[in-house]
Amino acid sequence: MIDLSLLADGGVGWLDASGPHSHLVLSTRIRLARNLADHVFQGRNSEVEREAILEAVERVARDTVLLRQATKIRLDRLDRTDRQFLHERHLVSKELAGLDGEGGARSGAALLIQDRIGVMLNEEDHLRIQGLNSGFDLEGAYGLVDRLDTELGQRLAFAFHPEFGYLTSCPTNVGTGLRASVLIHLPGLVLTKEITKVLQGLAQVGLTFRGLYGEGSEVVGNFFQLSNQTTLGSSEQELLDHLGTMVRRVMDYEEQARQVLLRDAPAVMEDKVWRAYGLLRYARSLSFEEAMNLLSGVRLGVGVNLIPGLGMYTLNKLLVYTQPAHLASAEGVSPTEPDLSIRRARFVREVLDSEVKRRG
Amino acid sequence: MSCDHCHDREAVVHLTQIVNEQVTTLHLCEHCAAAKGVDSPAVSKTPLGSFLAAMGETLPAQVPAPRSSEACPRCGASFQDFRESGRLGCPDCYRAFEAPLRELLRRLHNSTHHMGERYATQQTSSPELRQAAAALREQLRVAIETENFELAAELRDRLRVVE
Repeated sequence: MIDLSLLADGGVGWLDASGPHSHLVLSTRIRLARNLADHVFQGRNSEVEREAILEAVERVARDTVLLRQATKIRLDRLDRTDRQFLHERHLVSKELAGLDGEGGARSGAALLIQDRIGVMLNEEDHLRIQGLNSGFDLEGAYGLVDRLDTELGQRLAFAFHPEFGYLTSCPTNVGTGLRASVLIHLPGLVLTKEITKVLQGLAQVGLTFRGLYGEGSEVVGNFFQLSNQTTLGSSEQELLDHLGTMVRRVMDYEEQARQVLLRDAPAVMEDKVWRAYGLLRYARSLSFEEAMNLLSGVRLGVGVNLIPGLGMYTLNKLLVYTQPAHLASAEGVSPTEPDLSIRRARFVREVLDSEVKRRG
Repeated sequence: MSCDHCHDREAVVHLTQIVNEQVTTLHLCEHCAAAKGVDSPAVSKTPLGSFLAAMGETLPAQVPAPRSSEACPRCGASFQDFRESGRLGCPDCYRAFEAPLRELLRRLHNSTHHMGERYATQQTSSPELRQAAAALREQLRVAIETENFELAAELRDRLRVVE
């Protein structure tokens, strides 16, 4: 199994629920897409070139403050479970982890990571500089990413066009190369059926949404990743301000929806969240999707003070550690193990039991 | 669902048209769709690819779209390659296909002008680095003159790092 002991918090510091608005927002991620001027883009380069890119970036990264002590993880040398594990931890994209087909990660696919900042190498672009912070923290996440971009940019020649800005393999990322995503939990809007209207509204103001795992993923457990759609024509600060304003508005709508539910259907609401808690506490078999949906209900219950004594950090941990590769790694079995649902239910029971005992 | 035209093959293209405020949907197989001049969505491998395929229909006539045989001089990618994959071949593709890309950027981002941080090219190198670069350039010249291309390639790579 992959050893993440060198990473602070094993790379899941973003889950500690210490950031602003962490009862609604799990994490804030920012990435910048960059390419080296003297190499063709990923789709047309060779194995040798990808190695050269990896080597060149790693060499200069060791001279930076932010990646001096970085851990290097070569995705192309890991088995599928380990790659899936890193993806579930939100440290690498599905593309870098090579989880789309059976072929595995492309040669040269790697991650350099130190604390909450890292660079994915040989992804769709040569570099994807990324920062991941707990809660709703666009400024904090961007501050780090911007600093690393400057440090790397002083040492590497990035592909830049005076009119179009930073050049990327796909024109949807050109310009700033910036994508900011806020992972937010919106059960109130889903239950009041307001969510479609909100998402349509976001689309009209140039924002987009994705599921728990980013691009191409399904929405599970009422978790949505809200992010900017365009990357060109606005400054980095304008993009962040716009997303920030809209996320704050969505958080207000969510709080209002929760109040409406508590006011108009308190008994239904109470039954729903306690029923979710009861199932998690006593079920003997849980599929991943069922666990996500029940955790969403409990999270809502904790958020509106119907369920006392459960921490957001515990819920966040359950969210991550009940995922197939995490559970399989902890249990020493394959993620396709038939009795994984039974193991998942046992794991959830143990965590909740110890939480209850701890709180007396 | 079978094709509305040949009633034989499976319909894969669903063409919705609005004529006189009436919405009609035509279901066609790949063969009949091609015969009617409708692009099959099967050629698009990515969401951007489908967007580009759709855009092709409405690309204004004044935009000098490059012929699909025209290729980027650096990486050899054609505009057709980009249409199919949704990805460009290299940074120079942005110059090779500048006109149609500018049109695409306007549609995607509602702008063509980068307003964000400017990339400051590399800092002035130290005297030692400049000296090392000069020495490498001289070695490279000799290597090319003596047709030692393997060494020349290695020197070129090292020169890039130093510069």
